[in-house]
Amino acid sequence: MTSTVENGTTQTVTTQVYRVYIKTSAQAIWDAITQPEWTNRYGYTGYVDYDLRPGGHYRVRPGEEFKSASEAMGNKLPEIIIEGEVLESDPPHRLVTTFKMLMDPEVANEETTRITHEIKEMDGYCSLTLTHELDGAPKLAAILSGSQEEFGAGGGHAWVLSDLKTLLETGSSFANS
Amino acid sequence: MVLLVTDDDDRVFKALADPTRRFLLDRLFARDGRTLTELESELEMTRFGVMKHLRVLEDAGLVVTRRSGREKLHFLNPVPIRLIHNRWIDKYNERQVSALADLKAQLEEQT
Repeated sequence: MTSTVENGTTQTVTTQVYRVYIKTSAQAIWDAITQPEWTNRYGYTGYVDYDLRPGGHYRVRPGEEFKSASEAMGNKLPEIIIEGEVLESDPPHRLVTTFKMLMDPEVANEETTRITHEIKEMDGYCSLTLTHELDGAPKLAAILSGSQEEFGAGGGHAWVLSDLKTLLETGSSFANS
Repeated sequence: MVLLVTDDDDRVFKALADPTRRFLLDRLFARDGRTLTELESELEMTRFGVMKHLRVLEDAGLVVTRRSGREKLHFLNPVPIRLIHNRWIDKYNERQVSALADLKAQLEEQT
């Protein structure tokens, strides 16, 4: 999808990097990423289920609203819409998992990708950096870049992170408004 | 280091208020994860000048860098623009704004 030309060699860069600054604690951000009662309140919604140790599972189940909205559009969702494995967990600062989206068969057939969440404490706020290595998953990359938003695929990671910031700073999000 | 807090839309607007910096963002939008050398090659400007512009973009949170081997890659971070969109565009009725944008595109196509 993307490439860098340097010293005559071509290197493919398929990684997406996003950063958001949130006026809250690292623990609050960590909880909002890893606890189902939080994850159903912003972005794409859905209930996460993490076994937070290397080799542990990572799954996302759709929330009721998302399920029925999707079904109304003729797309019945599977019980698990995202599946992965925890590679590293260092609460509340670093979480690395693999990531595969199962909602769409074409996307599900792409390579398994890898997401790193990094939370850094600063002076009265935190930075959250999300790095998604998307080698061999161009369709997923297109969805997560937000380029499919007008076709109903949501605004991708930028949308999710801005919504997360709004939720943590104001107590309500776009997903719920 | 960046001192970017909630109310810091100022930094984003200032960073965007410059044609060279908008050009750099457009280049990263077209192809993300570029080195300074690569970005520099597309501009009639010294390496130092490009670095300064990239620093302003980084301070505004619009560019995030990441090391890959011995290279420093620059990534476009759309989150601050998304936040401005949420805060301002939605507020002033997105539909009207996009209708006007469509009208502008149509009129300019005809000329």
